[in-house]
Amino acid sequence: MEALPIDPAVVAECRALAARVADGVGRFIQAHSTVSIERTVLRAYGAHGADPDGVPLVNTCVARLQAAGQLGLGAAHALGRELLRGAATIQEAAEALAYGAPPEPPGPGDNLETIRRALAPYTAEALAVIDRSREHREADRERLGTGPTPLKYVIVATGNIYDDADQARAAAQAGADIIAVIRSTAQSLIDYVPIGATTEGYGGTWATQENFRIVRAALDDEQERLGRYLQQVNYSSGLCMPEIAYLAAVERLDMLLNDAMYGILFRDINPRRTLCDQYFSRRVIARAGIVINTGEDNYLTTADAVEAAHTVVASQFINEAFAHAAGLPDELMGLGHAFEIDKGLEDSFLLEIAQAQLVRQLFPKHPIKWMPATKHKTGDIFLAHRVDGLYDLVGVATGQSIELLGMMTEAIHNPYLHDRFVAIKGADYVFRAARHLGDELRWNPDGLVVRRAREVLASAHALLRETVEEGLWSAIARGVFADVKRPETGGRGLEGVFARAPEYLNPVLEALEETP
Amino acid sequence: MSPPHGGDDDTRKRAAQPIRAYGDRMGDGAVQLSFTLPVAASARAKEAARRYAEGLGLKHVLVTAMEAAGREFSFFVVYGKSDIVIDYGVIEVPEVKSAERTPKEINDVIKKQLGRRVVVVGACTGSDAHTVGIDAILNMKGFAGDYGLERYPWFEAYNLGSQVPNDVLLQKAIDQRDDAILVSQVVTQRDVHRENSRHFIDEAKRRGVHGKQLLLLGGPRVDHKLALELGFDAGFGPGTKPSDVANFIVHRLLQRRGAPP
Ligand code: B12
Repeated sequence: MEALPIDPAVVAECRALAARVADGVGRFIQAHSTVSIERTVLRAYGAHGADPDGVPLVNTCVARLQAAGQLGLGAAHALGRELLRGAATIQEAAEALAYGAPPEPPGPGDNLETIRRALAPYTAEALAVIDRSREHREADRERLGTGPTPLKYVIVATGNIYDDADQARAAAQAGADIIAVIRSTAQSLIDYVPIGATTEGYGGTWATQENFRIVRAALDDEQERLGRYLQQVNYSSGLCMPEIAYLAAVERLDMLLNDAMYGILFRDINPRRTLCDQYFSRRVIARAGIVINTGEDNYLTTADAVEAAHTVVASQFINEAFAHAAGLPDELMGLGHAFEIDKGLEDSFLLEIAQAQLVRQLFPKHPIKWMPATKHKTGDIFLAHRVDGLYDLVGVATGQSIELLGMMTEAIHNPYLHDRFVAIKGADYVFRAARHLGDELRWNPDGLVVRRAREVLASAHALLRETVEEGLWSAIARGVFADVKRPETGGRGLEGVFARAPEYLNPVLEALEETP
Repeated sequence: MSPPHGGDDDTRKRAAQPIRAYGDRMGDGAVQLSFTLPVAASARAKEAARRYAEGLGLKHVLVTAMEAAGREFSFFVVYGKSDIVIDYGVIEVPEVKSAERTPKEINDVIKKQLGRRVVVVGACTGSDAHTVGIDAILNMKGFAGDYGLERYPWFEAYNLGSQVPNDVLLQKAIDQRDDAILVSQVVTQRDVHRENSRHFIDEAKRRGVHGKQLLLLGGPRVDHKLALELGFDAGFGPGTKPSDVANFIVHRLLQRRGAPP
């Protein structure tokens, strides 16, 4: 589509301001770690399993170190010391920390360099596992190829992983490119990753390593039959954001919902916890070559889509800045936005085009993720289906990269098998019929679309400037994003944040930070 | 004072009124439906769809579309006619009943007749993270141009947000001696909203709150009938305005004091 006439200087300034916003909390992030980051380190070293009550080994390890006042040194520090004291394997070392005698404080011989050396082969292997998974995925993708954009993204959420796998296959057969298994309610607030295959979720299915494997195996098989690469998505969010990122990296997931602020705003997770966790998880994600999906679309469910459009854009710049700071290239940033304007408004379609095209232009290399109407849908599935048709039209005309297909039953239930089928068929029709529509259209320089895009960009710019002045913590506490107020020390999971001691050791993070 | 709202006067005995679904001609019983069968699309699958619709009680079944919704699934659109007749005359639905006052009248009546502020607490409970519904009722902004209870000078409204455990909500209500507790439930997959609401009522009974403080349930799949069955005092569904809720609460509080509601 023809570029909207917007001022590139304003865009450049937005980027610079957002970088300063991220920078403002960067020092805090670098000086702290969290229980979930430390558990991820243990997982990356190969610690696995759970006790008879289902409590993961890595949780017991970290909880014990924290209780003993030793977590400030990092879990790797304690693990390395166990190796130096004679543990034959990582598993043995971790089990000793979890179930053995109370963890001892470091002795005189325990200097950082010896510990780091003891861990070195395991650190190399931890990274190699991620790299091998990435190579495997990239080879499959190269060999089979992906569909044309907008890529068709659908959700499965039966609560039972085996039904999910069947429904994922059916969706792929009907033409979907990307399958997201959404998570059960409550998972974001539990501070451990459950183990094994699960059949009992609500509003979604539990994210576990085994569930990841089950869906990947189904898609691996299906993609060979279809001759088209199929992408798998899950959520790296909530209290276990870094651990899920790691599990997804080794299980070859393609995309992860991962947002610097979503957990704070929509699950009341403590802001400090989330910002530390997003940094570490994005380091893993960058190494693994996974595309993130950010959650700005959600702002428009609690705030009004016309009034709050600029908060979406400001937040996209901030998410981008955080992602850059964690080593993610533009090509892995699926920034989110949505078709959420009140359907009762005259010319809402024009406002939607303005926003969609603006975001497309601001983030040209990014695989941006276009989200459907949700809030303004009701049980009238026929109207909802028509709304989705207009949505598909904007998606293809403005060249969105990823399109999460709208469901006509959005206001009723998690999608049924045929809801997805109907949505895919409808999107295929619109994409086909309007494939080159964007090439034919020129903007009216004095028209509503151009005016609106400029207005939104100017407001986003003003908001970013304010956020730089007051700092991100304060902006979040004041309810700038999504109309939701979250104080820096409120919410869940703050007790899992701790200051890194001067001798803090985390060779996995160091290696990730060296990733080019 | 305005008359009580709530539709027909249910003490009146209604005449029988047989009705059927209506498509083309009155009384034709025409209905449409769509569904998936777990078999590949084929002539046999289409016949299976027809028989399935007949099994549901439809006659003159027309399978107007069969689509391969996957290798092993077929999707059908079906039309048919049903002989079923419903007597509309005997249908009774419990409705929330209260005087219909404006927000200003509500405040005035609280001030004059109760002489103290009405305290309410609400939350979206269990593992449910949807706040928009309860916010619409409680927060300043309100819903569809109707201000929320926070904005009423004679209401004191506390909104605990979402993902609040039932016992935390109840404890808060007990500590504050609230007049009413507002529970919101939005996620309904596999009836989790009913399960959670039942648990809330059990807890409320155990703590002696049930029957003392008013218990209100709301959400997109909630109606008054369901709420009463579950043991709440009232239920509110889609489109509820804050003033509907304020009216109900005040009506009940006045009723309890023996004042004219
Ligand atoms: C907005 C939204 C979200 C937002 C919520 C933001 C927020 N802070 O609330 C976000 C994006 C975070 C979200 C997340 C999820 N969502 Co959601 N969400 C919606 C959506 C689009 C709109 C809901 C809404 O806000 N409606 C507007 C309000 C005003 O309406 P309402 O809730 O009915 O409230 C009115 C009345 O019911 C009543 N009322 C409500 N409560 C009460 C209480 C009292 C006491 C009273 C008197 C009245 C009252 O008054 C209100 C005003 O009239 C719906 C789809 C839809 N269109 O309905 C899905 C939907 C509700 N979500 C759904 C799901 C599954 C989820 C997730 C579980 C997905 C996942 N697995 O991650 C997560 C939630 C995780 C969790 N722990 O709960 C499903 C639920 C399916 C089901 N039937 O079980 C839906 C239907 C979408 C779908 N088809 O899949 N969601």
